[in-house]
Amino acid sequence: MTTATVRTGTRPVFWVALGLLAVVLLALPLILRSDSRLNIAILVLVYAALAQAWNLLGGFAGQISLGNAAFFGLGAYTSTILFSRWEVTPWLGMLGGALVAAVFAVIIGYPVFRLGGHYFAIATIAMAEIVLTVFNDWEFVGGAVGLLIPFARVDGRPADSWYYLQFNQHKEPYYYIALALVVLVTAVTIGVSRSKVGYYLRAIKNDQQAARALGVHVLRYKLIAIALSAAFSAIVGTFYAQYLLYIDPETTMRLELSVLIALVAILGGVGTVAGPLIGAAVLIPAAELTRSQLGGTGNAVDLILYGGLIILISIFQPNGLMGLVERVRRRGRGRPLTPPSDEEALAREEAPLLGTYEEERG
Amino acid sequence: MDTTLLIQALVNGLLIGMVYALISVGLTLIFGLMEIVNFAHGEFLMLAMYAAFWGSVLLHLDPMVSLPLTVAGLGLLGLVTYRGIIAQILRAPMLAQIFATFGLGLFLRGLAQYLWSPNFRTVERPWLGQLSGGTVDLGGVFLGVPQIAAAVLAALAFAALSLFISRTRVGLALQAVAEDRATATLMGIDSNRMFALGWVIGGACVGLAGAVLACFYPITPTVGILFGLMSYIVVALGGFGSVPGALVAGLLVGLVQEASPIVFGVPTTYKYAVVFALYLVVVLIRPQGLFGRF
Repeated sequence: MTTATVRTGTRPVFWVALGLLAVVLLALPLILRSDSRLNIAILVLVYAALAQAWNLLGGFAGQISLGNAAFFGLGAYTSTILFSRWEVTPWLGMLGGALVAAVFAVIIGYPVFRLGGHYFAIATIAMAEIVLTVFNDWEFVGGAVGLLIPFARVDGRPADSWYYLQFNQHKEPYYYIALALVVLVTAVTIGVSRSKVGYYLRAIKNDQQAARALGVHVLRYKLIAIALSAAFSAIVGTFYAQYLLYIDPETTMRLELSVLIALVAILGGVGTVAGPLIGAAVLIPAAELTRSQLGGTGNAVDLILYGGLIILISIFQPNGLMGLVERVRRRGRGRPLTPPSDEEALAREEAPLLGTYEEERG
Repeated sequence: MDTTLLIQALVNGLLIGMVYALISVGLTLIFGLMEIVNFAHGEFLMLAMYAAFWGSVLLHLDPMVSLPLTVAGLGLLGLVTYRGIIAQILRAPMLAQIFATFGLGLFLRGLAQYLWSPNFRTVERPWLGQLSGGTVDLGGVFLGVPQIAAAVLAALAFAALSLFISRTRVGLALQAVAEDRATATLMGIDSNRMFALGWVIGGACVGLAGAVLACFYPITPTVGILFGLMSYIVVALGGFGSVPGALVAGLLVGLVQEASPIVFGVPTTYKYAVVFALYLVVVLIRPQGLFGRF
């Protein structure tokens, strides 16, 4: 949707808005001036990047993954083990984690992409649960207790270090690194969505049989999508590990995390570039604030509100916030609502796919 | 390998497998009718268990006595869920459907935690637990009475449901809607009423399962997560929409879960992972599940 906007006439306004947004985002740590608010901003960026990575697979290719936390966790664990055992800098660990996750995703994806609809979604849950169980039980990676990431020390005191990707005194660099990750994964998403791969992925999502009939190598492009999705999820995982300086299987790989990642993208609008970013900007502060304001004593009011909000969005705004934006924009221009946008048309196409399975390799 | 241990594990597996099958049958029935997966199914079970617990605490009714109330209450919850949420999203994208029921699950879990705290609860001295000391000894193989009762009730419910679906006019109408909604509507079947009925039956089955589970399983707001997850695996393994599939897959999952530590020597912490692996292996050979129609 955003890419379409750029091409159709709104160019100056769009670029000015983007410039303003960039200035605000760059200046945000100066405005927030408190670690707890900065923490929320960093979490927004983390989830924006994760949802954007999910979007490559779930949004463009239409393959609903409820197991992306496994890729996130693999990234976190790979860099942490490389660092805590062999002192490899987390920047290299980040690349290593991306590689591990991408290879794992391709190995998993090769057989699992034969499945369609709910069978695929549940297979991704099963995959992630198996990884979680293995890590919970595996002594080498700390088992269920998890791993502490050693402090980077100067004169025996925890210090800031770009080499060790640790900022124990001032947290601002974490924010800028997370922002850079969001920009990176968004740039890749835009690149993919405009490339041949992006068109193939949308064709697969729209009608897999037709795409294959037209000569699209369906499995190859799905594997590209899952590898990219996994690699970027893993990169964010490394960042998250360095930010918390502690990881365990439950926090990095649990099912709720996979669901939340998908939810952020869906709330914003799947298959659009801006959707996951908007979803994160709305959902994460709302979740964090309700948790800190209402759920502090573990009375779960935050869960109730959160669940209720999800139900309401599903009923009243099933195409996400981007659907809302699109509607307002059309109304503003006085255009009729009748011809559905590509995304809406695609979203409607999804319904008949439910529960069917497709033979992937022909 | 100790034979007694193996038999014990297999019997345990069959008993818990029947409960899995009972929990899953509503899920698969609903999917067969309207191609929606209720991701709040585990939370329905959790509420049923709490209903049995509060019945025992507040009304001094044994879970077996309050069972009809629990079943009826959960059937009603199914109806309300269908009317209030599902009927609104029948034509929404699949993602919106998934997340509507996911949201409902979170909402119910939060509500249970808010109202009843996250503490573990157990039904004090359930009637089934005291019957013949709570266990039966079959030549070295010990069976819990509540577990046996759960499996027997589940089997009875399955038989009743199968008869209802295959022998009554309403049951045939259910099948007709599952088969072809448009044609069924042309034959004068109100598909909306059949959908609602599917949700009532699904709720009632889970209500029955929750009432018996409450006799031997600790109750927390999060108890539905594992059972919910297992029931999705069972339904997908058996084939979405297939009632016999839910039965066979439920038993298979129960057997594999309990027997894998003894037969394959995997650590017990892996028993659920083995079940997930089983699912992956089966759907890779048969992508539509064991009894899937596609």
